Amino acid sequence: MSEVPSDLKYTKTDEWIRLENNELAVLGITDFAQEQLGDMVYVEMPDTGISIDAAGECGVVESVKTANDIYLPVAGEIVAINTALSDSPEAINLDPYGDGWIIKFKPANVDELNALLDAEAYQSKLQAEDH
Amino acid sequence: MLKQTPLYELHVESGGKMVDFSGWSMPIHYGSQVQEHHKVRQAIGMFDVSHMTVVDVEGEDAQRFLQTLLANDVGRLKSEGKALYSCMLTEKGGVIDDLIVYFMNKDWYRMVVNAATRDRDIEWINQQAQSYSVTITERPELAMIAVQGPKAEDYLAKIFAGETAKAIRDLKPFNAVICKDIFIARTGYTGEDGFEIILQANAVVQIWKKLLASDVPSIGLGARDTLRLEAGMNLYGADMDDSVTPLESGLGWTVAWEPETRDFIGRQALERQRANKPKAKLVGLLLEDKGILRDHQKVTIAGVGSGEITSGSYSPTLGKSIAFARIPSEAKIDCTVEIRGKILPVKIVKAPFVRNGKSCI
Repeated sequence: MSEVPSDLKYTKTDEWIRLENNELAVLGITDFAQEQLGDMVYVEMPDTGISIDAAGECGVVESVKTANDIYLPVAGEIVAINTALSDSPEAINLDPYGDGWIIKFKPANVDELNALLDAEAYQSKLQAEDH
Repeated sequence: MLKQTPLYELHVESGGKMVDFSGWSMPIHYGSQVQEHHKVRQAIGMFDVSHMTVVDVEGEDAQRFLQTLLANDVGRLKSEGKALYSCMLTEKGGVIDDLIVYFMNKDWYRMVVNAATRDRDIEWINQQAQSYSVTITERPELAMIAVQGPKAEDYLAKIFAGETAKAIRDLKPFNAVICKDIFIARTGYTGEDGFEIILQANAVVQIWKKLLASDVPSIGLGARDTLRLEAGMNLYGADMDDSVTPLESGLGWTVAWEPETRDFIGRQALERQRANKPKAKLVGLLLEDKGILRDHQKVTIAGVGSGEITSGSYSPTLGKSIAFARIPSEAKIDCTVEIRGKILPVKIVKAPFVRNGKSCI
């Protein structure tokens, strides 16, 4: 059973989002997603400083066999990327909610994050997909 | 309903992530594909390949029949047990399948063909066999495992002991022997020393359990794919199919042109192509930059033309991405590949990329 921490927000495309303070959010892929994809071998991340629209592509995680796009669920500006991932992409497998974070961004409107899935709703989505 | 091999329950117990592979429920990995890959390169690992199709060709015309059916020449197999890799072609020279054929005795050859191509292979072989005095017998009751890696011989000799252990130690590469109803071949699909073993369903479960008890790790089909790619071995359906010939697939070496009188299926088409020079070739590619080469990415050779990646992946041994690509024959060394709109330089290199645990490039 994959881990779904209760204090995070989630997307239907298996990203997690943690609000660090009133204006900064962190994004990664869920434990379920890393399990599905398998061993990570490459992560492509956006340049910092750029703005991305809601549902816009904000990177690609590649496992041995597949490439998977990651999306920013709300409009925002990229303020940091996890540069450690370029040498150790396996951090996403080992610690998807910690060392495996991918980008930090400043949402254009923080309130929009409220519309994302909470842990319970994400858990139900996973269960629905299991059938 | 997916088909299951006799080892299905054991895969699930070992944490195998089961996927649909040509209608079979097979383990893609048991946790980490990359770790499994390294285990085979560095020591040992075992694969369930029972989904593959074993076909026995028996009868007084067996040799004559296979000399027509296959592009490589079974007449080259002089000693019992010797193996040969070959393509089976259409009249137009397209690859129907690639396979290994073992010369068991003058009236018996054993072929191992791909699972994905099983139906068409069996139909084609039977159709071609009609005017020969041969019996074609598929052996679905037999299971098959591959034990691969530099320590494969030691571990297998320990498990089997006695007469079989001696046979394993004495077995030369690309040879097979039958010992106490167990078919053992020193062949594989990893670029390492290793064995492929064909045996009854009840026996395979016992052997697998003994190997597990000796800490031999189970390896999924995911690592099998990265191992074979590093080893420079083609995958049917990805690197070749019936729309291309062996000459366009890096498999010219498997076509036996001599003797000229041997009229194998596809020969005329191949001879025409050889005379006119094939337009395309299959090559190895190495990406020095970060990023991963993937199937179907476009490869461009400046001033020459373009082609496509047929198998691309991350190479766990090299820590870089490698691929096979089919590109115009005139291409030399430098080309570029397009990955998500970005153009990256790649080098054409001679496969294999890795052999016996070491980089070849």
